Order: sequence, then structure tokens, then C-alpha cells
Amino acid sequence: MNDPTVPTRLAPEAFAKSFAETVPGLTRKAAMEESNRCLYCYDAPCIKACPTSINIPSFIKRIATDNMKGSAIAIMDANPVGASCARVCPTEELCEGACVLNDESDPIKIGLLQRYATDWAVESGQTLFKAGSPNGRKVAVIGGGPAGLSAARELARDGFAVVIYEAKSLAGGLDTYGIVSFRLPQSISLWEVDQVRKLGVEIRTGVKVGVDVTTEELLADYDAVILAAGMGNVSNLGIEGEQLEGVYDAIEYVEATKTDVPPYPIVGARVAVIGAGNTAIDAATCSARLGASNVKMIYRRTMDEMTAYDFEYEFAKQEGVEFSWLTAPKRIIGDESGRVTHLECVRMELSDAVGQDGRRIPAQVESSEFLLPVDAVILAIGQKRHQSLIDHLGLKHDRGVVLIEEETRRTSNPRIYAAGDIVFGNGKGEAMVVSAAEQGKQAAYAVSRHYSSNSFQANDSVAI
Amino acid sequence: MADLRTKLAGISSPNPFWLASAPPTNTGYQVQRAFEAGWGGAVWKTLGDPIINTSSRFAAVHFNGQRVAGFNNIELITDRPLEVNLKEIYETKKRFPNHAVVVSLMVEPKREKWHEIVKKVEAVGVDGLELNFGCPHGMAERGMGSASGQQPDLVEMQTMWAKEAAQTPVIVKLTPNITDITVVARHAVMGGADAISLINTINSLAGVDIHTWNTVPHVGGKGAHGGYCGPAVKPIALSMVAECAKDPKVSVPISGIGGISSWQDTVEFMLMGATNVQICTAAMHHGFRIVEEMIDGLNNYLDDKGIAAASDLVGQTVPKYSTWGELDLNYQVVARIDTETCINCNKCHIACEDTSHQCIDRLTDANGKAYLKVREEDCVGCNLCAIVCPVDGVIDMVEIQSRHAPMTWNDRQKALARMNSESSETEAV
Repeated sequence: MNDPTVPTRLAPEAFAKSFAETVPGLTRKAAMEESNRCLYCYDAPCIKACPTSINIPSFIKRIATDNMKGSAIAIMDANPVGASCARVCPTEELCEGACVLNDESDPIKIGLLQRYATDWAVESGQTLFKAGSPNGRKVAVIGGGPAGLSAARELARDGFAVVIYEAKSLAGGLDTYGIVSFRLPQSISLWEVDQVRKLGVEIRTGVKVGVDVTTEELLADYDAVILAAGMGNVSNLGIEGEQLEGVYDAIEYVEATKTDVPPYPIVGARVAVIGAGNTAIDAATCSARLGASNVKMIYRRTMDEMTAYDFEYEFAKQEGVEFSWLTAPKRIIGDESGRVTHLECVRMELSDAVGQDGRRIPAQVESSEFLLPVDAVILAIGQKRHQSLIDHLGLKHDRGVVLIEEETRRTSNPRIYAAGDIVFGNGKGEAMVVSAAEQGKQAAYAVSRHYSSNSFQANDSVAI
Repeated sequence: MADLRTKLAGISSPNPFWLASAPPTNTGYQVQRAFEAGWGGAVWKTLGDPIINTSSRFAAVHFNGQRVAGFNNIELITDRPLEVNLKEIYETKKRFPNHAVVVSLMVEPKREKWHEIVKKVEAVGVDGLELNFGCPHGMAERGMGSASGQQPDLVEMQTMWAKEAAQTPVIVKLTPNITDITVVARHAVMGGADAISLINTINSLAGVDIHTWNTVPHVGGKGAHGGYCGPAVKPIALSMVAECAKDPKVSVPISGIGGISSWQDTVEFMLMGATNVQICTAAMHHGFRIVEEMIDGLNNYLDDKGIAAASDLVGQTVPKYSTWGELDLNYQVVARIDTETCINCNKCHIACEDTSHQCIDRLTDANGKAYLKVREEDCVGCNLCAIVCPVDGVIDMVEIQSRHAPMTWNDRQKALARMNSESSETEAV
């Protein structure tokens, strides 16, 4: 007989159901109504608010005039991961936040319209773009996530021969592995990967640069390299008990749900998630949907300092996730079999001291330790840097953030360009999929510009 | 509660809302339902020799996601025997003695045919007759409908024939498919018409299916022109009503028809000289109950304005409807944008920049906030910016003091002629 206190695995059917996309797409009628509501502003603020500058009034007018192919192309032309972004962009902070109708009525549902148009492209099986005529140059892209795919797509359209080196078994990066399925089904990201592949881009999966292929080989074989390796797994907390069974890395935890089989025995479990960023929220809502009996977010600061988007926070609350503000973990306690049983926490208060990021520094409240009985602890306190890869490439960096010249996206090695999370550091805005996509585009354009302006020079062509 | 009663050439009705002669007035069942819903009158669907209709018949023009901006039909007159219609007309009038029951007629242009049908119809007790000289399709090919309506002498003669036999008021329904509708209106009056009604439908083809390349609508792959009505035709109808209303030779009451779908449209037609209105498309789109909103809206409007009776509206705007030659060339308005309520969609800017007089500047204030400003010295007061602005009240067209006294084109021509004659007289001396 099953011990009711021991968490079990969700049945596959229940898992499939609870991880299916939550937000329904627009019906044709809703899409027609909404697209016709768009004012088609001139020099529209939504375009300026989009990091990839999608011509939003144009793609919406094309939906309204039954030109779905034109609409999908307008989106995907500006943003090679536009189908994923339709689902994961914080639209109220970007395009929809800038919509002129915000105060007058309701902003246009740009994200849902973008999804409507890109869903059409996915379902119709269209190949939206063509590769440029070969220019004889070769570029290696390290990392097949949003930044890498964008760079590869734009380079291929410019006639470069492109090879993507992807460490995982599938390309797509965060969109394929890191976003909860009930927000972004993996099939959408894989469609975007496929669109890039159809331009002749070769994607070598399961290949780790620095391990399976060396920098020297890349620099010898390619005219340029674009580094878009993203970020690593979650950093260690540095507290006792992190090795216990039932302690998870939030990135791996979410990634494990991107399959057909429920990954962890969470049904009936009491789950503590440490952190309050978007990844922490994802881990918490995944836990709720995996059947946890209670999910608590443990955060040492308050709601005001939390980095998760408002809509993520709202969603988590709707999913029944609880928030323990001003609470920090001290150690994770296990039983004799090595299974986690408790999380020891301490109460915090915000001191008057302000940190470098402008946020007040939390301090422990003396003798306020308490034990939280838990069956699982998920760590989500920021991601690790790809330090060894960066070292292997020999690039200048600031604590794992690759340094680049903003204009050219060149690293300290002039033949290596960088884009996406690998160059994302504090004070550089938000690490968004859409920003990574734009940076990938810009890196590709920098490479194209370099070779078109230097095409007459003999020394820019590296011997193969 | 205002008095909504109207009287068109002696035909009384509890309110100005009549159903036009069309599919909604095909049967006694329908007309009685309409009267129950509140319609003040109905013009029975045109009687004549029963015809055979096609399938399909209707089509509509949708605009930017809104259904039925315009409506097109190739349906013809009644498809039921005269005796059946007459029986139901009799029953309807008996049940609703205070409602206006008018019957639309269309027969071959022969004197005895008109005499015969007028007598038969009046015998069952109707309030009036409407002669259908307007239907642009199907019947026109048989020399009826707009085929006779486009010939002023035929309109006059047939009106006369109907009047010879008629005891009740005769309304002549006019086709808009003609260069100057007042010519036909005058001939109807000369023929003895007690009132005119306009407009009938406008020749139209609703569309072409861009995938099958068939016409819309089509009958087994073939199409033919139909008659256009619905909201899109309102401005055309309104101008034709206005032209008739201000023509002193068209000295009979007008029943206004064409795209009326709300109480506001009704007020406009009445101000422009219509004694009452006839409606079809709005009922076909929403059912008979739409009249409740029209009655309520008209009533509240009249009460708010302190107007005792709907009939007080009739013709009030006619004196203001003139000709271009009588417009003051020195009157000037300019656009003013309220930057407080402006939402910065820039639609006014691009409309002016690309298609008018390039006088709306995009500027940035001291705080870096974008705003739009009209260069009033270059503004011609065309209204385009106010038209495209999506928010009511943001752009005002403001009258500015003219440096010159009012002068119309006609004044100007007269002044020039005077100067020329004076100078030539001087030269002659």
C-alpha cells in the first residue's frame, strides 16, 4: 500500500492535461475584432517598445485584411523567434504597454494577435524565408537559443554558410527547455528552429564547444564566430544540505517537465522554492501543476524587490502558490536516508543600507529561525555563468559576463561576436527572449557589415 | 413624452417609423408582428403579378469587421397571389386600425392595369398606395420599376392613371438611378402624386468572390446587378431628399428612405424635409424590435430639446441646404489639437502630411514628451484631421475671425460683372 505521505508521480494523462497551454489562442472572430480595433498608428509607439521593432500595425492590418502569410512574415522577419515571443514576452511592459489605447479604452492584444498570425504559419507549414545566394563565408554560432537562432537566420539570409553548435539534444535554448509548457509548448520553439534549419543552417546538437570541439578548430574553420551560449544552471546557495534527495535546480526542474512523462514525484508534496524571479515562479507553478499539496516561495526581500513580472506573480497566486517574504533559507535538513524533510529559515528585515543595485539590503532578525517541513526544495537564485567556455575562448569578461563593444557586438577577440544572456549583466535591462533575438540579429548584421565593407581586403579571409 | 405622431399626405401613423416595401412586409404575419413591436406603419411588399425569385438573393458589404455596412438584393416583388395578399392586408388593417397600412403597387404601364389594381387594393381598406417606380432589377427588364421610373413622362402618366382611380393618397416611390431626381419628382407631382418617397435602391454589385471569381451574390455561378441599400447609402439618400425638399416645384410631403438605422438618422432625414421615414435593412439586420430603440431615442431627444412633437423637426435644416455658390468664401476654421486628451497615434499628422496641407507638426516639449501642433496659418480647415482622429473631442475645428466681410462665389461673380460693365461703360464714354 502506498504511504499517503510519500509524494507520488502524476499520471501521464493528468500531466499532459495540466501542462497543456493555458491561455487559449484567439478565435478567428476575436482576431478579426481585435485586429480591426487597432488604430494603425503612424510611427507607432508599440514598434518602438518592441526590442526587435516588429512593424506591429502592419502585421495587425494584415490579419484584418486576411493576409495571414504577410502578417506572419512581418513578425518573423523582425523576430526569428516571434512565435515564442508572442507567448513569453512581457507585453504589458513592451508593445501593449506602449499602445495609445491604454488610457482611452483597452490596449490592443498584440501578443495574442502575434500568436494568432504565427500559429497560422506553424499550422500552414509555410517556409517563410529564403537563404541568400552564397557569399562563400562561413560562420559558427555557439548556442542554438533565441540569440543564436536569430543570428544564424539573418546570416543565412545574407548568404553565409552557418553552423550552430548546440550542447543539448535539441536547439531552441530557453524557448525549448526553459519556459513552462503551459505557457510555451515545445513544438512552437522547435518550429522556429526548423524555420532556421530550412534556410540551410546546419545545427549540430549534442556538441559542446570547448569539450567536443575546440576554439582553435572553430576559428580555423570559420570566418567568424557568434557566441550565444546563454547562461548555465542555478547557482548554489552555499548552505548545508543542497546535495539531499528532493533538492532541485529550478532550471533543470522546469526542463524536466518539457517531456511526455511526469519527471518528479511531487503529488502531495510540500515544496519550497527559494528565490522570487521568473524562473522561481516557473518552478513554483510547475510544482503546483505536478500536484504539490503546498508551494511556498521563500524570498529574503519583499514583494517590492521581487524581479518576477507582475503577470507572473499574479499567475502564481492564481495557481495557489504562497509567498513567504523576508524569509531566508539557512540549511536544508534531511532524514537518515538522505531525503529532505525540513528547510530551516530565518526571518529578515530590510536594513537602511542600499546595495549596488539600489535595493535595500536585507538583514537577519536575531533568533527568528524556524523549521519548515518540506518534501522538496527548489533552488532559483540566479543562474551560473559559462565561465569555462568563456575562459576556453579566452574572452575578456566581468564576472562571467562577456564584454563586448556595443556597436559591433565584438568581444575582445575581433572574430568572435556575442549576443544574448552571455553578455547580459546587471544594469543592462531585462534578460528577455526578445532582447536576445534582437542581439542575435545585430551580431549577424555586424558580421555582414564587416565582410561587405572589407570584401576587397585580402587579409580578412582566414585560410581554411 | 413628445408627440411622435405623423401625418403623411393625410395618412396618420402613431410614429414616423414605417417599414419600407421589402422582404419584411411580405406577409400579414410579418406586418402584424412589426406593428406589435411598435412600427407605426408599413408599406406592403409590392403587389403585382406574382413572380418567381432566385436563390440566392441577398449580399452585404462588411467594413472593417462590422457587418452590413451596405446591403444588396436581387429579390423581386411579391411571390404570392394577389388574393392572398389582399386577404392578409384586410386582416392586418382590421387588427391595427390606427397603424398606417400602405400598399406598394407595380403593374405594366397600362391605364386599365393601374385602374384595376388600385380599385382591388382600396376595396380591402388601405390607408394609401405607393407606386413602385424604383426597383432596379428584375422588374425593370419587363418595363416596370426603375425602367418606368427613369422616364419622367411615364412616371407622370402612370401617376395620373393611378390617381384617376384612387380614393386614398398616392405616394410615388422614386429611383435614385437617374441624374437628377428632382426632375422625376416634379413629374410625379404633375401627375398628381400626394407624396413622394425616396430613395429606392441603387444599382449595385455587392462584390466579387476573389477565390471563386463568382459575383456576390451569384445564382449558380452567374450574377446580375441588384439594388443597394443599408447604412452606406444614407448620404446619397439624404442629399436626394434634400434636393427634393428645397425644390419649390416638388411641393408634396416626402417619405425618407435609405440607410436609416437609428433614431439619429431619422432626425436627420426629418430635419432635411422628410415627414416620416421608411426602414428595411436595419430590421433585416436586427429584427423588428430595433424600432423600440428608435422610438425611445427619438422621444428622449425631443424631450431633451424641449420639442413637443416630432413633426416640428420636419424641414428645419432645409433652408441651410444651399449650393456651393452661396457658401461664404471668407468663413474660416482651423484645427486645434487638445494635447491633454490627444493619445499621440499620429493619424492626423500622417493624413495631413500625405494627403492634405502638411500643417500638423510633430514636436517635443521641454520634458521630452511628443505632441502635435497645427500650424494654423497653413491650415485650410478641411476637417480631415478631426475625421481621422480616433478620440472624440481631441481635435476641434475652431472658427477664426476673418479679415474680410462674408462673400460668396455668386456675390463675387456679381461684383466682377458689375466692375466689368462699369469699366466698359467708362471705356465707351
